[in-house]
Amino acid sequence: MSLDGSWYLCLAAAVFTIGAVGLLVRRNVLVMFMCVELMLNAVNLTLVTFARMLDDIGGQALVFFVLVVAAAEVVVGLGIIVAIFRRRVGATADDLHLLRG
Amino acid sequence: MPSLVAAAFEAPYLDYAALAPEIVLTGVLLAVLVVDLFVDEDRKAVVAQLAGVGLLASLLPVVFLAVDGDDRSMFSGAYVVDDFALVFKALFLVSGYVVLLMSTDHIEEGDYWKGEYSFLLLSSLLGMVVMSSARDLLTIFVALELLSIPAYMLAGWRKRDLRSNEAALKYYLLGVLSSAVMLYGMSLVFGATGTTVLEDIARELGGDASEPLVALGIFFIVVGFAFKVSAVPFHFWAPDTYEGAPLPVTAFLSVASKAAGFVALLELIFMGFFGQDNVWQPLFWVLAVLTMTVGNLVALRQTNIVRLLAYSSVAQAGYMLVPFAVGGSSDEAAGTAQTAVIVYLLIYAAMNLGAFAIVMTVARRTRSGEISSYGGLFTYAPGLTVLMTIFVFSLAGIPPFGGWFAKFYIFKSAVDAGTGWALALAVVAGVNSVIALFYYAGVAREMWMQPVPGDDRTPIRVPPALGAALGITAVAVMAIGVYPQAFARLGDLAQLAVR
Repeated sequence: MSLDGSWYLCLAAAVFTIGAVGLLVRRNVLVMFMCVELMLNAVNLTLVTFARMLDDIGGQALVFFVLVVAAAEVVVGLGIIVAIFRRRVGATADDLHLLRG
Repeated sequence: MPSLVAAAFEAPYLDYAALAPEIVLTGVLLAVLVVDLFVDEDRKAVVAQLAGVGLLASLLPVVFLAVDGDDRSMFSGAYVVDDFALVFKALFLVSGYVVLLMSTDHIEEGDYWKGEYSFLLLSSLLGMVVMSSARDLLTIFVALELLSIPAYMLAGWRKRDLRSNEAALKYYLLGVLSSAVMLYGMSLVFGATGTTVLEDIARELGGDASEPLVALGIFFIVVGFAFKVSAVPFHFWAPDTYEGAPLPVTAFLSVASKAAGFVALLELIFMGFFGQDNVWQPLFWVLAVLTMTVGNLVALRQTNIVRLLAYSSVAQAGYMLVPFAVGGSSDEAAGTAQTAVIVYLLIYAAMNLGAFAIVMTVARRTRSGEISSYGGLFTYAPGLTVLMTIFVFSLAGIPPFGGWFAKFYIFKSAVDAGTGWALALAVVAGVNSVIALFYYAGVAREMWMQPVPGDDRTPIRVPPALGAALGITAVAVMAIGVYPQAFARLGDLAQLAVR
């Protein structure tokens, strides 16, 4: 049995929403990183689904760019977290309140 | 499965002359990275000098291409070198050079990593230069990440300072959130049109009534870029990041990074999604009103000069969003709107970089960012006071300094569009300009009329690099104010062809 493409699109939309809500709700910075990854992978799933539906390999090529850039982003993000961990114990977003917003 | 062997591989056409600015810049940033390894700690200034010379060297091919005047297109229209691209390449390279001048002493005297700083600044600039030529969703995405990722690191460059860490983390989290939202929008647009090249997207979409998929895609893309240009309600990272980051980086983010966001918006809206104006016009209308009003009202309450400039830059982004909200009715309106945004970006870069250069010069002595520390600046640093007055009055839009002309073009685009919504927006912008006058004049009043705090009148030494940065920006602001026609011509030339 094969599923219709729109199921995959709905799944991607759900994963994207979970990631977005998680990023806004969770306070642990590492969990926030994971939420960003969820959002980016939802984008990848959408792209691959559309590539299949449109019969266009270009959509799958886009996924590689997203993956590589996401990896680069995480490296920089973890570097920033390490810099913070060196100065204080724990990394929850609520502890970062020196600047008033 | 479709067959993958159908078409033989054909190497894409590469126009090396058109790519010369990017190639030179890439060569220079690699050279900076290598030279930095072999230079002793006490001679690191060489690296910054190399980066500065390299930036000017990559400006040369831009000038040659502009004189040549041909539009060059590569990768089936995904990468285009036209007047629009060249004007913005020049803007990014020159403002990058000014930021490098501003950084020289700041980085030298602080506890920083000097060689890598130049390298990252150049990488971010390379992303901006690519962005000016990008006419394709994927190229825009890659250029955006190339300019953002080094900027996250630069924001946290004072890595032993908690405030700088916090600035970097907030900028990073909101930056990746905005990229993810924008990418999701791009994937939806790709799904609806089956292409990523803006020209083809415009052809596929046409002026038809929007499918929900396309409307959602455009919405997500605009929201993603609203973070980048710090439009309200997606602005809350900006003041914190600007305050915590090292000052030259703040200047860089508030000018070059924001301009890159607007360049991408110009390309996307006026090339890709022009026919879908019923989707994006109302969105930009709301963003523009909120951004101008909130930015200006919050700026009124600030006591720290960097936060004041941060909120003022939020408000300035609001003025630049006005032409987007009125540019969709006709090709003519789109042309006026583009000219308005381009002229505003050029002038805003000069006056905002200048204001930050003054803040840095004064902070070298007072070690304070409070506006009260500017009390009586005129009595011991008259030259700096006059320059700062020029910059803040230009930001406020008072003739004869450059800013008035930029504001005039914004109003012109709204009035030319002529619809009720456009006129209402012009009125909101007008009221906001008056509100803005209060806090800009407040800074001037502090410098000219208030007593010196602590009665410390030691003169301020201006290092040569900072002096050069001040000179370039001041001349630019005055020249634009006195000969605005030249810049209007530049803005007209640089319009993108609307489809």
